[in-house]
Amino acid sequence: MSQARLLTYQILVAVGFLLIWHIGSSVEIFGVYFLPKFFFSTPSDVFFRIIKLFSGPLIWKHLSITLTETILAFLIGAGSGILIGFWFARRPMINAIFDPYVKMANALPRVVLAPIFMLWLGLGIWSKVALGVTLVFFIVFFNVYQGVKEVSPVVLANARMLGMDEKQLFRHVYWPAALSWMFSSLHTSVGFALVGAVVGEYLGSAAGLGYMIHEAEGVFDTTGVFAGMVILAAFVLVVDAVVTRIENKLLVWRPEQAGRNEA
Amino acid sequence: MAKAVSLQSIDIVYGGSGGYRAVAQASLDVAEGEFVSIVGPTGCGKSTLLNAAAGLLSPAMGRVEIFGHVLNGLNEKAGYLFQQDALMPWKTARDNIAIGLEVRGVAQAEAHRQADDWLAQVGLQGFGGRYPHQLSGGQRKRVGLAQMLIRNPTILLMDEPFGPLDAQTRQIMGNLLLDLWSREKKAVLFVTHDLEEAIALSDRVVIMSSGPSATIIGDHPIHLARPRDAMDVRLDPAFHALHKRIWEQLRGEVMKAYQGGVV
Repeated sequence: MSQARLLTYQILVAVGFLLIWHIGSSVEIFGVYFLPKFFFSTPSDVFFRIIKLFSGPLIWKHLSITLTETILAFLIGAGSGILIGFWFARRPMINAIFDPYVKMANALPRVVLAPIFMLWLGLGIWSKVALGVTLVFFIVFFNVYQGVKEVSPVVLANARMLGMDEKQLFRHVYWPAALSWMFSSLHTSVGFALVGAVVGEYLGSAAGLGYMIHEAEGVFDTTGVFAGMVILAAFVLVVDAVVTRIENKLLVWRPEQAGRNEA
Repeated sequence: MAKAVSLQSIDIVYGGSGGYRAVAQASLDVAEGEFVSIVGPTGCGKSTLLNAAAGLLSPAMGRVEIFGHVLNGLNEKAGYLFQQDALMPWKTARDNIAIGLEVRGVAQAEAHRQADDWLAQVGLQGFGGRYPHQLSGGQRKRVGLAQMLIRNPTILLMDEPFGPLDAQTRQIMGNLLLDLWSREKKAVLFVTHDLEEAIALSDRVVIMSSGPSATIIGDHPIHLARPRDAMDVRLDPAFHALHKRIWEQLRGEVMKAYQGGVV
């Protein structure tokens, strides 16, 4: 399918969706509204609410708080995931000892930790960062662990024959292999950092996108909830686009990445 | 002439004592500047023998001597060209070649200069910035050759290096190898399952029996004139006589391996 036709169809889906939403909420059919305004709001109301939000100063504060929490959660979670993933992969004994506990911690639904973090760290940004960290850490940890474990034995033997000592093997073989695995999970881990931030805000805070949505929900302001959701979705798309750019820069040596570049 | 490599009745066992005895009582000498090929049926332990000479495996019995000294640990005098892709995929062709010098402490600028020189010698001028996945199989082998040779090893160990390539590319690579080797003669131990390739390149062809407990059962000097063309030499009547004689011995082993269910 040509690019233009694809785009046309994609726009048609959006138009169709909005049309159904609009008709259901604004046009009486057989004496009833299929999508009552109270529960579903209307596309135009949501649109004008978003315009109104962006003409005020408050939205930028919410956005910047959520962004800060996301970035911090990602950096701390990824950093500790890399370090510990490396350590476990190179020290099988440590890994064997901690294995059941790592599995247990990973199996725990992280949302239940939110109240504890709030108790410990207060309602400010750090309780949200902590929640995001617990999500990001495990993704990066498992990927780095796998990456170090699965370095091709041939590449490793070759590097040894080329005269590398342990330190050089780390720098030229293990480290790039582990990083490539980490970057392959970049989209997921950045996404989870954001989920941690927003869920944390939703459960208790005084600022951020999650807070904004929670606040609207508290007064049955459906339009506000939907407006918040649309802004959140757009925000995720922007973050994702940035991640894709970073990824393409860092992983040029990867076959599938190059394929995407050339396309 | 001095012996570059001397395998003295070595046994190689996988999986501890009582494990699988891949090689038993194998002895082989390679003189300085001599090109020796090892030919044998699939799975006979040719690569195992090579890994013992590289120091990647240590023999359960017997010993490996390199220039008269017992080998202990990795063979630092040897370069190794693997059958599989062994280039670091995250490094460009130039960086892959230069790394063997850089780990020795050669400054990066100088290492890159020499790497570019080697790229030209293997016919890849201008390809230095490419990543391995952007190169064809034959080009990757050329990079592998340069990567090995830049360290100026006195022994070259090659494990079916051209195995994955198509027939024409193999012959071209054979000629490139002969050309590079003739400039500065190094001891070569070349493993292949292709008898024609072995005869075309070598000074001596040794035959391995089918495994387990494989050993060397034949040693055939190849008195074909040098310099040789790896393609044209195959039309020489002397080549045919040699091929016929060696194949008679090899065929028995291939049939044994076949009946043993290895193939």
